[in-house]
Formats: sequence, structure tokens, C-alpha cells
Amino acid sequence: MNQRVARLAWPVIIVIVWFMLAPTSSVGAPMSSSWDAKACGRVGGTLVFAQADDPDGLDPHEVTDGFSVNNVSNVFDTLVRFTADSTQVEPSLAESWTVSADNLVWTFKLRKGVKFHDGTPFNAEAVKFNFERQTVEKHPYHPRAVGYADFTFQNVKSVDVVDESTVRWNLTAPYAPFITNQAMFATGIVSPTAVKQYGQDFFKHPVGTGPFKFVEWIQKDHVTYEANRDYFAGRPCVDRLIVRTIPDNTVRLLEMERGTVHIMIGVNPPDYNRIRSNAELVLFTGAGLNTGYVSMNTEVAPFSDRRVRQAINHAIDRSALVNAFYGGVGIPAKNPLPPTIWGYADKVQAYEYSVDKAKKLLAEAGFANGLTTELWWPNRARPYLTQPQKIAEALQAQLAMAGIQAKLVTYDWGTYLSKLRNGEDPMAIIGWIGDNGDPDNFLYALLDKDNAIRGKAQNYAFYKSDAVHRLLIQAQRVGDQATRAQLYEQAQQIIHRDAPWAPLVHASRVSAYRKDAQNYLYHPLEITWLHRVWLTK
Amino acid sequence: MTRYVGRRLLELVPVAFGVLLVVFVISHLTPADPVLVILGEHASPATVERLRAQLRLNDPLPVQFVRYLGGVLHGDLGRSIKQNERVTVQLATRFPATFELTITAMLIASLVGILTGVVAAARQNSWFDAVSMFAALVGFSMPIFWLGIMLILLFAWYLGWVPISGRLDYTIELTRITNFYLLDALLTRNWAALGNAARHLILPAVTLSTVPLAIIARMTRSSLLEVLRQDYVRTARAKGLAERIVVMRHALKNAFIPVVTVIGLNVGSLLGGAILTETIFAWPGMGRLVVDAIFARDYPVVQGTVLVIALLFVVVNLLVDLSYAFLDPRIRYG
Repeated sequence: MNQRVARLAWPVIIVIVWFMLAPTSSVGAPMSSSWDAKACGRVGGTLVFAQADDPDGLDPHEVTDGFSVNNVSNVFDTLVRFTADSTQVEPSLAESWTVSADNLVWTFKLRKGVKFHDGTPFNAEAVKFNFERQTVEKHPYHPRAVGYADFTFQNVKSVDVVDESTVRWNLTAPYAPFITNQAMFATGIVSPTAVKQYGQDFFKHPVGTGPFKFVEWIQKDHVTYEANRDYFAGRPCVDRLIVRTIPDNTVRLLEMERGTVHIMIGVNPPDYNRIRSNAELVLFTGAGLNTGYVSMNTEVAPFSDRRVRQAINHAIDRSALVNAFYGGVGIPAKNPLPPTIWGYADKVQAYEYSVDKAKKLLAEAGFANGLTTELWWPNRARPYLTQPQKIAEALQAQLAMAGIQAKLVTYDWGTYLSKLRNGEDPMAIIGWIGDNGDPDNFLYALLDKDNAIRGKAQNYAFYKSDAVHRLLIQAQRVGDQATRAQLYEQAQQIIHRDAPWAPLVHASRVSAYRKDAQNYLYHPLEITWLHRVWLTK
Repeated sequence: MTRYVGRRLLELVPVAFGVLLVVFVISHLTPADPVLVILGEHASPATVERLRAQLRLNDPLPVQFVRYLGGVLHGDLGRSIKQNERVTVQLATRFPATFELTITAMLIASLVGILTGVVAAARQNSWFDAVSMFAALVGFSMPIFWLGIMLILLFAWYLGWVPISGRLDYTIELTRITNFYLLDALLTRNWAALGNAARHLILPAVTLSTVPLAIIARMTRSSLLEVLRQDYVRTARAKGLAERIVVMRHALKNAFIPVVTVIGLNVGSLLGGAILTETIFAWPGMGRLVVDAIFARDYPVVQGTVLVIALLFVVVNLLVDLSYAFLDPRIRYG
């Protein structure tokens, strides 16, 4: 008997010690990255990626536009990163992380032996430096214009260096989306040495830990990168990466047809079939992380009446819009969230396209003889709004069939946003592109009453629902994704019923590339990470 | 003559001041906030305010203007709001691109235009006259955007004789000294780069030259016809001189005065930035610089670029006026 007990003793002791050493609440750390699974069929060559505009700068802490993001994402790494084909996160510069029981302290274990492109070692001090550079106003190396830190570090109080490879983040409130935000390009880790060396000129001398090292930037023409052969996740397949700037979509396509460009974004819908019928090219379309919608000012008549808002929803023929303006590859929208995001409420019943129902609701609201209002549209094409003027005119015509006379009003982008924030519009076409694949990024930012403040609002509808607010705040605090999804589902049902918006469409993300470029996948976040792309010749 | 030139160059000062004042007022009075444009939609209002204060955009307009003028007098055109780069540095890379394109386009337009106009006038009412003037009309009416793409489709995409877009292949190494690629290639004896840059220049220059070419051809023709009707030309013919001598030696120089004026005006306007051509051919010039800056409300860049263009315009006009003295001996500057 003693023998048997004795033989069990060691395993039992080991198990007990194991659990004692386990963290209080842990989030896992898979051993290999979804990106690593994509092997290089051939190593070498120069990959050419082309897009419509030059980056504004190459400092991840400053840039906000997609063209810059496509560049910096290949030079800098973040603590965690998005998986190759979803908005879930996985380890990157951080190998693993744990959260305290009260959800206020996140502790990251950093990968060891990683170096920046200039040889500086990557460590906890660097992480702290990066955080403070962006958030501390008086920091000697604070960039001039930090666009995202208010968002990516919301609810973060401070960062502590525990030891060389352990960093502790202290939050002011439990905030589940925190981890997703640490995968965003804006939290890219820059080399403190390089920042100190280049100061204000760092934006043209980027130094990170990423798969590609910066070589040179010929303004408005191209940026050249070379492979970081010591990259911790394995060197990129190609030796060099060129990111070219070619403003016209057609000219860019012609270059790709001739083979001088391998991968491009920005394709004119009329060219879809041309690409599809070209044996050397591939047209990639996938669901986009965006929503184009009509926002109605719920604080002003007639849109303060829910029936009018619902009438608008019935009066719009979304499928017609998709076919006419999105090359047939968009998805008619019924929710503020795009279907690519977890937590999307598929059970919501879309408002049926019915002019009769629209007229009936209008009559109930006292507008039996129709109503006159304005429909605002932004003078700038966006992914979710491919041809703003034509789409506005189409909507105007659709609304007219239901007796709604909408005068078209437009401003250029900057002015438009200012006026919308001030609530100067009765009804406006606008949209949102997701930043991190978290439902909070859409619902809280755009439909919570916290964000309905004149002059600063992103809740352009000024929709203030206590019920929705309670759900969204709770979802921010809860760590478990399944519970959060349920809360978001409930919120979407309420939003759908209250109809502060008429969601229009989720534009698909479209990209085109040559068959010589293998392993290319246009990520749902519409960011081009190119380190696993290899060239057949 | 020198005093005249000196006096004319002094004109640059009031022009510069006037241009800066107008551009400054217009760009600052247009609504929309450059700070909001750079920071994007995720920055908190506090961050937006802070940056605006840091850029001193809250100061009263006259104060901002005086500060800007002070900078200009020291050769400092300020920093781009969008990119935190000095405007002078941006102009140093973008201006040469436009200049190269413009000069080449104007050379083509002038040489071909004048030649065509002269032959058309000398052979008035011939088939050449009719065809060339019709072609000029077509060239003048054709949208540059469309013409550019058509040329690319034929010569670059289908025939492959020239590259599709850009200024230089990324595969070519070139040490950039002045940013005039042709010049830099010559200075560094980089023949590969010279050839490559020249090939990239052909299509955009031809595209850009079509409208000025048409105007110059028609102008040359009508001006020459006008001169050929003059008494002294009749006299020359009566003296028995060959038609060729009459046209080339006696009529041409006088006919050139309105043509040179037109050339000067076109150079000025092309220098302003051939935005459409630059967009189609991905040519990194000033046209795109100023248009992007306008949309981003990047005041220092707009002001700096417009200033440079205006000053160039004045200089070009001065050169045109000086050329009158060369062309017509009756014109003398005191």
C-alpha cells in the first residue's frame, strides 16, 4: 500500500506544483503562428506591391491612413498580432500573457533574443519607451501628431518593467478590447535608439523589429525595403520589397498586366472581369470590415420619430446599390457590424425593401403627403462608398419613390466630418472601417451615448439609448468572448428596432495579384503583410 | 537694359507679397481643419486641440501671417502639417520633376508647333494646312486624361517601347544631386539612368505637349499669315527674293512675338502643375503636391508651392518680354 502511494506521490506533487505556478487567470499561448504555417516555396527575388498613394510617414505612432499602414506593418511588429486570416490575435513580440483576477493588470512575457534592425535589443524597457513616447505629452521624443494612441491605449494607466522580458500593463478599468488594440499597427514597437538618433526625422528613417528593413524612400514614387534575415519568425521569402505609388487604378492594373507590379489594391469594378479573364492574374474578393450607412439625426425632427427612420430603411433597395456601384461584390447591410466580425447578429431580420411599408410608416408619423429633407454625401470616395455622388443620387431617387424629397448636400471630406460631428445634418451618408475586428470598435464608437457629444461626436446619429449603453459597457468589461458576443447580439437587436441608421452595404475588400506571387492573402483588416509571399520566378 | 531687368526683378517682391496674402486668406478661410485631417477620427478632442495649439493655428490670422512672412524672408517656408517635413525640402524633390516635364513638353510643343505653323502658313490652304490645323483642333479638345491612357495603352502596354508610369525604374541606381534626373545622370555619367529617365519622360511630355502644341501651331500660323500680308513682305517678294528667304529671314522674327508670348504663358501654367498628367503617369511633381495639400488643408505647402509658381511666372514673363527686344529691333528697353 505504501509503495503504491509512494509511486503516486511524485506525479501528484508535480501536478500540484504545476497548478500553483499557473497564473491566476490565463490566456493561452499557441506555440506557432498561423503565419509560420505558410512556407516559402522559393526564397529570393523582389516583390512589387502598388497602391494609390505614398505613405504620409513611416512612423507607426503617427500615421492614420491605409497607405502608410501598408508600409509600416512590414517594418514594425506589435506585442500580439492578428492571425493570417482573421481578427483573432496571437503572440508576436510577446510570447504569452496573463490577466489578473480583477482584469486590471495584464502581464506580458516578451520573446527573448529579438533585435531591432539597428542591433538594439528588444526588451521591456523598449516597450515602456514606446508606450510613453506616444502618451506622455512632455516626452522628449513625443511625435508631433499621434493619431491613434487615445484609442489604442484607452483605459491604460501605466506600464511597468518587471524584468528584462516581462512587462506589466496597468489598466484603469477592465477593458476586454485592450488585447486586440495591442495588435494594431499604431502600437508598433520602434527602436528607442533610432528615435533618439533621428528625432523629428524618424518618420523617414523607420527602424523596427519587423520582417523588412527600410532602405530608401523616393517621395511619391516608391519605398524600398530589404529582407530582415534575422527576423524572429523566419526571414521573409523575398529579398526585397518595393511599395510603389501609382495613383490611377487603371494604370496600376496595366503595370500589373505587364509584370512590373505583382500585387495591387484599388481596382475599378469595371475591371473585375478583365482581371478574371486574364490567366496570369487573380482577383481576390472577400468580405470587408466596413459598413456604409445613412445616419439619421435622431435629435431633430423628422428623424426623432422612429417610424420615419424605419420608413427610410424600408425605402432603400440595397441590392440594387450593390449591383450598380459595388461591382456586385458587396453585401447589403442590415446591421452596423459587418458579418466578418464575431458577434455579428445574423438573427436580425433585415428591413424589407418595400415602398408601401415606407409610405405607411410615414403616414402613421404624420407625413402622409411625404416629407422634405436633406441627404448629405461626402465628396470623397471611400471603400464603403465607391462613387459617392452617384450613390447619393440613387438614394435620392429611391427615397423619392416613397414620397421623401431629399435635397443633396455635399462638402469635402474634412468639412463634412466637422459638420457631422456638430450634428448639422438631418441625414448623412457615411461609413466606418473597422480597426481591430472587435465589435466594440463599431458599436461603442458609433452608437453609444458616450460618443454623442456635439463637436466631438462619432455617434453622428446622436443615438442615446441607455439599454444599449449598459450592454456595451458590460461587454467591454467581460473577458470571455462568448458572453461578449451575446451582449452584442442583444445590443444589435435594440439598435435594429430603433433604426438610428439605415445600414447600406458592407463593401468587399478587393485586391488583384499575379499568379507568380504565391501565399498572398488580402487580410480582412485590409492590411498587406507581405513577409510570407514568395515569387515563382 | 540691366536697369530695366533689375526694375522688373523688383516686381517679384510685391507679387510675392500679394500672392501670399491672397493664398493665405483663402486657404485659412475655407472650412475644415488640417489637424483633424492628419489625426484622423480616433484622436481625442484633447489631442486635436493640443496639436492645433502646438502648430499655433489658434493665433489670430494676421499674427500667423506675419510670422509666416518673417519665415519666408529667412528662406523658411515652414513645415508641412501633413508630413512634418520642411516645405523647402518637399519642393526640392517635387519641383525638379515638374520642371523637367514642363520644359520637355514645351520644347516639343514649341519646335513641332512652330514648324507646323510655319509650313501651314507658307502653304496656306494646302492639304497640309487643313490637316495640321484640324489635328491641332483635335489635340486641343482632347481630354488629357484620356489621351494619356491611350498613349500608355498603345506605346507602353501593347508595344512595350516605353515604360508605363513613373520617373525611373526602381531597379536603377541613381545618385540624386539636383533631383533633375537627366542632369543627375549626366553629372554622374550614369548612362543607364540617363536612358531610363529619358524613356520615362517621353509619354508624359508628349501628352502634356498636345494642348500647347495646338495653340502654338495655330498662333504661329495666324501670326505669320498676318505678317506675310505686310507691305514690306510684298516688297521683298517684289525684289525677287525666293519665298523661303522671304518667310525665314524677313517674316518669321516678327511673327514670333505673339508666339513667344503664348509660349511664356503656357510654360507658366504648366509649371503650375500638370496635375492630370502627373496623376496618370505617377509623375511625382508639384501638381499633385499642391492638390493633395489643398485637400488636406496643408497651408504651408499650399502657400509655398503657389509662391514658387507665381514667382516663376514673373520670371518667365520677364524672359518673354526681354525676348521681344531680340525679336523686334524697334523694341528697346531703357
